[in-house]
Amino acid sequence: MSVTRPEKSKLYYRKMPATWWLQKQSYFLFMLREFSSLFIALFLLVYLVEIYQLTKGPDAYAAFIHKLSSPGWIFFHLVVLLFALYHSFTWFQSSAVVLPVRLGEHLVPRQTVTALHIVAWAVISLVVLILFLTLKG
Amino acid sequence: MAEPTITLNVTRYRPGQDQAPTTQAYAVPYKEDWVVLDALNHIKDQMDGTLSYRWSCRMGVCGSCGMMVNGTPKLTCAAFLRDYYPHEIRVEPLANFPIIRDLVIDMSDFLEKLKSVKPWIIRKEEKPVVQGEYLQTPAQLEAFHQFTQCINCMLCYAACPVYGLEPKFLGPAAIALGYRYNMDSRDQGKEQRAIIGNHDGIWDCTFVGECSVVCPKDVDPAAAIQRSKVDMTKNWFQSILMPWGQR
Repeated sequence: MSVTRPEKSKLYYRKMPATWWLQKQSYFLFMLREFSSLFIALFLLVYLVEIYQLTKGPDAYAAFIHKLSSPGWIFFHLVVLLFALYHSFTWFQSSAVVLPVRLGEHLVPRQTVTALHIVAWAVISLVVLILFLTLKG
Repeated sequence: MAEPTITLNVTRYRPGQDQAPTTQAYAVPYKEDWVVLDALNHIKDQMDGTLSYRWSCRMGVCGSCGMMVNGTPKLTCAAFLRDYYPHEIRVEPLANFPIIRDLVIDMSDFLEKLKSVKPWIIRKEEKPVVQGEYLQTPAQLEAFHQFTQCINCMLCYAACPVYGLEPKFLGPAAIALGYRYNMDSRDQGKEQRAIIGNHDGIWDCTFVGECSVVCPKDVDPAAAIQRSKVDMTKNWFQSILMPWGQR
């Protein structure tokens, strides 16, 4: 069986407008998810520079850390944190779709899988924070 | 008291006559138990016989009457007027497909893609009929059953911005159906469906997820695509790490 195509010259082809992602909330949230990677990449760049400063000795590192405490950099890190939180949340949502969890014959609801991921994430973050504060002190 | 009406703003396009599609407004009687398709049939029968659109079963089985209703791909036989009344309803041909006439789209691209994933059971060697059926446990059926529900209505293609921007993309339904046969314990044709793993197959998908949202049969093509990505990546690593092992 071959597919018979209608005469091409009589067809009307619509073009997707550049603003397609503004036309629906779900498309916008998708773009936001993709866009969030950019901020995480920027954060990693700053982090790499920070590690590089560490190799140049304690004074250079302290100077760099001091620079990061300026309001501009704090604002940057706040924005990055918001995007990182959103990115992580969408990651856990996606994980529930990609990896279905079965308990015996029953499929665990996706919301439950996402929620468990978030709880595990929060607990691990808390442990890391406590360790950081303890070691620092 | 005058009978209440609801306005349908319907896309019109006459090939050879119109340079571009236009919109025509029809005020149809508002009835609580009417769906958009009933309203279109009323227009066709009572108001304007020149309006063209596809439909058949009127009960969400044939997958013919998919259109954009207020910008969302829907089976018009399942889109009730009462969910929109008293506001006007915009009825357009399915997005991302070329228009043949009015609300009728050209689906040949989808049909070719569907055929390319070989959506049927492939055996390396068919066993003779006298040896009976290929048996399957309920658990084996469960692994792919959801994906058998696809009615080829193409709503997922209309919802997919990747397909809209990159027409070469194999698309949600074709991949979901290929996955359905790959997951079928009776099937042995995975290698013949390699097209799914090509660049224009699963790897074009950026997981927008709208295909699964608009699916009237809860097929979840987005899950089929993402799981195929995981399977394929696992197979690739296995072939690198254990080249002597069987895949």
